Amino acid sequence: MSAVFDDKIQTTLADGKLQLAIYTATGRLIEKRRKAIMPEGCPDYQELRTHANAVKRHTIDHLDYYLEEFARNVEAHGGKVVFCKDGQDVADFVLRLAKERGATLIVKSKSMTTEEVDLNERLEHHHLESVETDLGEYIIQLAHERPYHIVAPALHKTREQVADLLTDKLGVARETVIEKQTMIARAVLREKFLSADIGVSGANFLVADSGAVVLVENEGNARLTTSAPKIHIAVAGIEKMIPRAQDLGVFLKLLGRSATGQPLTVYTSFLSGPRRGDEIDGPDEFYVVLLDNGRTKVLADREKRESLYCIRCGACLNHCPVYRKIGGHSFPWIYSGPIGAILTPQFLGVNHEPALPFASSLCGACAEVCPVKIDIPKILLELRSEVKEAEQRQGANRLERIAFRIWAWVMRHPRVYELAGMAAASLAPATDGGAWVRSLRTAIQPTPLRAWLSQRDLPPSPPKSFRQMWRER
Amino acid sequence: MSRDHVLHKVRTALGRSVGQPVEEPPPVRLSMDEVAIEARIECFRARIEALGGKTHRAESMDDACNYVARVLNGRSAVASNSALLRQCGITALAGVESGITDRARLRALCSTTACGITGANYALADTGTLVMLASVQEARMISLLPPVHIALVDRERLLTGLDELLTILPRPADETSSMVLITGPSRTADIEQILVRGVHGPGEIHVVVV
Amino acid sequence: MAARVSLFVTCIVDQLFPKAGMAVVEVLERLGFPVDFPEQQTCCGQPAFNSGYREEARQVARHFLDVFRGAEYIVVPSGSCTSMIAHHFADIFQAEPQYLEQARQLAPKVFEFSQFLLEVAGVEDVGARLDEVVTYHDSCHALRELKVKDGPRRLLSHVRGLELREMDAAEECCGFGGTFSVKFAEVSGGMARNKIDSIVRTGASAVVSVDSSCLMQLQGALSRAGLPIRTLHLAEVLASR
Repeated sequence: MSAVFDDKIQTTLADGKLQLAIYTATGRLIEKRRKAIMPEGCPDYQELRTHANAVKRHTIDHLDYYLEEFARNVEAHGGKVVFCKDGQDVADFVLRLAKERGATLIVKSKSMTTEEVDLNERLEHHHLESVETDLGEYIIQLAHERPYHIVAPALHKTREQVADLLTDKLGVARETVIEKQTMIARAVLREKFLSADIGVSGANFLVADSGAVVLVENEGNARLTTSAPKIHIAVAGIEKMIPRAQDLGVFLKLLGRSATGQPLTVYTSFLSGPRRGDEIDGPDEFYVVLLDNGRTKVLADREKRESLYCIRCGACLNHCPVYRKIGGHSFPWIYSGPIGAILTPQFLGVNHEPALPFASSLCGACAEVCPVKIDIPKILLELRSEVKEAEQRQGANRLERIAFRIWAWVMRHPRVYELAGMAAASLAPATDGGAWVRSLRTAIQPTPLRAWLSQRDLPPSPPKSFRQMWRER
Repeated sequence: MSRDHVLHKVRTALGRSVGQPVEEPPPVRLSMDEVAIEARIECFRARIEALGGKTHRAESMDDACNYVARVLNGRSAVASNSALLRQCGITALAGVESGITDRARLRALCSTTACGITGANYALADTGTLVMLASVQEARMISLLPPVHIALVDRERLLTGLDELLTILPRPADETSSMVLITGPSRTADIEQILVRGVHGPGEIHVVVV
Repeated sequence: MAARVSLFVTCIVDQLFPKAGMAVVEVLERLGFPVDFPEQQTCCGQPAFNSGYREEARQVARHFLDVFRGAEYIVVPSGSCTSMIAHHFADIFQAEPQYLEQARQLAPKVFEFSQFLLEVAGVEDVGARLDEVVTYHDSCHALRELKVKDGPRRLLSHVRGLELREMDAAEECCGFGGTFSVKFAEVSGGMARNKIDSIVRTGASAVVSVDSSCLMQLQGALSRAGLPIRTLHLAEVLASR
């Protein structure tokens, strides 16, 4: 794997406090989800998953139709749709609009899609102030860090670290009580909400038959972001589409439960345009930015297209034993965990981090909990074979390919296989009483053997193989 | 233009042509349980209270009004233009401003007042949810800016759950630019997973079933 | 006369844990099933498949299909190998209709050991006895791909003298994952240590599983930690008298 990837992993593994924070937080989310999908509260959980998968499959397979229906309905309600090829397009649009309106302050609610295209950085480069308002996002914005987890961006931060941030960046007296820290942020952000010119949100769902964006949250910052400023811009990947408002019955049931164990989050907003008629408040202008940024590439791959069904619940992260050890910042891109492992190579190419699809034991816990039934292990296996095909083309990792060729040849020749087994057994150190082997005193230690021994003991070689015992019966 | 460019890429990726029709999506999945009103009210109240909200079951409009007065306890409030609030006499209570239709004035009041009082277009029993449709009767800010939110729910509008709401209101966008489902007080657990209420939205909510 | 069972012992059991293989034979014969061991067998191809070398996996899989052609039942003391044969052969032979067909025909005849006992032999009590406190590890492929979960527990419940104590992390991955165990050794080791903490909390003196690769990972970690807990394949428990 790349030195960068290895380094991040090792650093995270070595940080005992961080390990505990990740394990505890994901453990809580696992437990909350488990309770929320119990039959008493959710009798048809498995059917909901099957149904959601079918609706997503249909929508994604006919995405052009639904994008057009969505755009028509947004426009019918007085809003505008802006299609963007990439992050540059998104930034250009926001900057142009801000300039036309004389806007200087933007408030943002949580949106992984805007993080994906580094929107804040691009806006700040042009001297627009863009403030994150979700508490976790605000904290990491102050820290100049990426989100640690799709749903819980500041999962890795302790109250001491938050106290340091607030004092350093806001100049307030040091405060380590979490409730008080929250109130400090609340006061700062309230002032921003009420003076902001533009509110930028993401969208959990885009509803084609309504021209609406759906936002789910617990704090109220998304409501304020989309109601206080005169302009609301919702930024969403094109794959967030669902056909009908009535489909929310299934999707909202799955999203809250899978993400945080809530049947419904505190606020669910269904927004379909600027304020209309005699509505008293709400934005005067409403824009929905529909982003490609590589999604059409994923769409073109029939086998892996289901990667786009993701509703960003984060359940796969919580249940992944690898994520629970290496954490969100070890991953090379904005999306981490199992979904990140399959999206990153598809968006950025398998060469971006060739080891990423291999950073999994293929345990399948992710697929088991995915509310829309994305077969993540299957996609990881396909990506692995794509990595090896790329390596073959580039002439990289030749030794490994040769090793597997030899291995395959041996496995097609049973007699050779048996002899190879006997040879390996004879080279193995003698142990008494079948004790496992702690270390090898050989001069040459192939890397895999050394790697194995760095963590655990080796099994001793049995006196006879099974087939020898079978023959002697 | 970018629209044509992106749509073209989508169609190419899917092997579809312009204007190609689409077969029916999987049928909508909504379940409709019959739950008696008494059970609904009980469930509704239990859910809200489990989330840290307070509820009251009013025997009459006067009772509702008295409860609200007790909650206000002399504090200032902004009330929405919901007919139910007027009928209950809440808009006439001391310290309650209502009848506001000017956006700037409403925002200024809501950002300084202690309590926001609203009706609710619907409520959902199985999750303890208030359904607010933005309109001249219900402004968005009243249930959002003040730290306390008091909502009056007409029991006739108390539905079993989200599925029933979506069944009777299949196209919320036809009615309003903003439909918000409110389930309990504002909260976060973003720092060390410790629960804090009243982050941005109201931290204290009172729901009166009339 | 009970059906003839062909044993696919798996390369890891053959070379490193032959006693588990002999235990499978013993239990099957005790139940009246004649066991046949096609000696040309080697491997199911999973190591290559999981490492992204599909062509090499196909070569080994073709050999497997040739060796086991005509088998009535194939019993496998491994969840991951069973899953490779019964589910993933179809993935790798998409472009070879002849082998695809062979793989499809073979799939319903392939059984992980505990599945064979319960679904084909129709037996829960094999007359075993083992005086020990054990805990059970759900190996991932068996659990999630083959839906093997209650079966082994039911079989263990009839073993006289055996006490089964569930660990809280029973369904968590042991961290083996084939080459993952060496490519991401530290993460793999960390996962194993999580598991053994959970095992130790049960007070069991042995861990039981249907997959020897998991047992190898767990025993390696237990041994490194100096813990006197042993690992047993399900077959070894069921063969105990």
